[in-house]
Amino acid sequence: MYDQARFTQNGEYEPLLSEKDSTKVEVGGDDSPLPDDLTRDSLELPELSEPELARHYTRLSQMNYGVETGPYPLGSCTMKYNPKFTEDVAADPNAAIHPDRSERSMQGTLEMLYHLQDYLGRIGGMDAVTLQPPAGAAGEFTGILVAKAYHEAQGNERSEVIIPASAHGTNFATAAMAGYDVVELPSGDDGRVDLDALEAAVSEDTAALMLTNPNTVGLFERDITEIAEMVHDVGGLLYYDGANLNALLGRARPGDMGFDIMHYNVHKTFATPHGGGGPGAGPVGVVDELAEFLSSPQVRRNDGGFELFDPEHSIGKVHGFYGNWLVLVKAYAYIARLGDEGLEDASAKAVLNANYLGSQIEYDIPYGPFHHEFAATSGEQDAADVAKRMLDYGVHPPTTKWPEMVPEAMLTEPTEVENRETLDDLATAFNAAHGEDDETLEHAPNKTTARRIDQVSAARNPRLSWHALGDADE
Amino acid sequence: MSFEVPDDLRYMESHEWTSTDDGSVRIGITDFAQDELGDVVFVELPGEGDEVTHGEEFGVVESIKAVSDLYSPVSGTVTAVNEDLFDQPELVNEDPFGDGWMLEVDPSDRDALDELLSADEYRDQIE
Repeated sequence: MYDQARFTQNGEYEPLLSEKDSTKVEVGGDDSPLPDDLTRDSLELPELSEPELARHYTRLSQMNYGVETGPYPLGSCTMKYNPKFTEDVAADPNAAIHPDRSERSMQGTLEMLYHLQDYLGRIGGMDAVTLQPPAGAAGEFTGILVAKAYHEAQGNERSEVIIPASAHGTNFATAAMAGYDVVELPSGDDGRVDLDALEAAVSEDTAALMLTNPNTVGLFERDITEIAEMVHDVGGLLYYDGANLNALLGRARPGDMGFDIMHYNVHKTFATPHGGGGPGAGPVGVVDELAEFLSSPQVRRNDGGFELFDPEHSIGKVHGFYGNWLVLVKAYAYIARLGDEGLEDASAKAVLNANYLGSQIEYDIPYGPFHHEFAATSGEQDAADVAKRMLDYGVHPPTTKWPEMVPEAMLTEPTEVENRETLDDLATAFNAAHGEDDETLEHAPNKTTARRIDQVSAARNPRLSWHALGDADE
Repeated sequence: MSFEVPDDLRYMESHEWTSTDDGSVRIGITDFAQDELGDVVFVELPGEGDEVTHGEEFGVVESIKAVSDLYSPVSGTVTAVNEDLFDQPELVNEDPFGDGWMLEVDPSDRDALDELLSADEYRDQIE
């Protein structure tokens, strides 16, 4: 049974701190250098006792749902529980270093970064790695800028990037931001890259093909070496979107498949918090030929130690210093704790869990055999309604209505962290919704803090900053 | 469920309509299209003076269900844009052939209008 907590006051959810109790505080004098219309004489600041404050935030967390509440099988997003020891490592006072310290005084930091570059290179089959990009999407953008720099150095400006229609939206955005025209590649009947369509798409204008393997519906692109050959034959580069690397860890390497550039989503493949606007990391690996263009700085060995260096024809910095260090520390700690065998075990469990869950649900899964995720279809039912109903069973639903190649898609990825009992709970939620009528589905959820959200008003009249609080009171 | 398909308009298979007025023609999406899309939350249109081309994208309509490209029924120059849609995208749902219009275009080839679907042909397509 599941019932989510609900704290309300006068029909409203848990009030804002300032609505609970606040005090007017006089601020500053007349000596501000700012224009008068940008300054205030007083501020209303919340004034609460510590227990009130602690309870406020605990209540908010109880009205929320996260990876520490239950399973969160959002396919392609890979939401998973992050082990706490990585937080301990990042919180260690020794990890707190000022980025401007002299190289000599932060040899330990550089050594860890060096080894992480090395680990990632070996995991992906890449020759050189930059840790600097601050998120997966930033990694993509860095990778495509590297491809662009490479083509320009060859005196060969190319104009197109080929992307499968089922790819993550960031791929299209990356290519467009880098100034390329996007050539969209339709999926074949089997859900994989259609080689005839690819043959028609590649040309001397092809800068790169961006691909995820296994792809968005969890299928391994079996023709990957042939695909690589077709792209390389016209002088293009093959880009690996690391989104689904958790399916291959320790078993297959993008570099061995013919990929030239890849980014790593350290939150999906290893264990770092899922960005969500906070600091993230999206390291990028490349083959030897492209190493000189990577973003700077990187870390290398020198006589008896480690130092920062800028690759010869670097595209420059894509973030401050060497990237989000404390996120990288977590990824390093996770890899070091699991080791070769542990990483291989993680990918095995990611695939096993998806396949076990897939075998336990009554919805059809049109494409297979799949690896770490599957796209089930809700058929005649509306996938969004099924998702809302699943909330009543105390689980987070899968990603819905995407990718579009599966009608009423429910893209499901339990990840390697869940045990069999939790997978059974998920299957129970799927199957309960499967047996229910539209009326029941349309009125779900009933047990959550918030029920159906008014998405239309939210999209038409978004209130995105504190300025909107005034509107809300009206 | 039957959808409104005014007899005096011309249609695209991709569910855009155009009037056949003298001077500039009006362009929008059909009743069927707005129903398929569901609640429209955002409309992106070209500016006055921009060129549009028959069969090519001229804008984007976004609903809570999907984001769809808009294809121009005619080639020509945009003479007016329904800016009300930027604040009230719901007009596309409420009145797709009236207040939910999108562009007025001065067509470069008026004869091309005859090659678009008639109301009867479009009705056949959506039934």
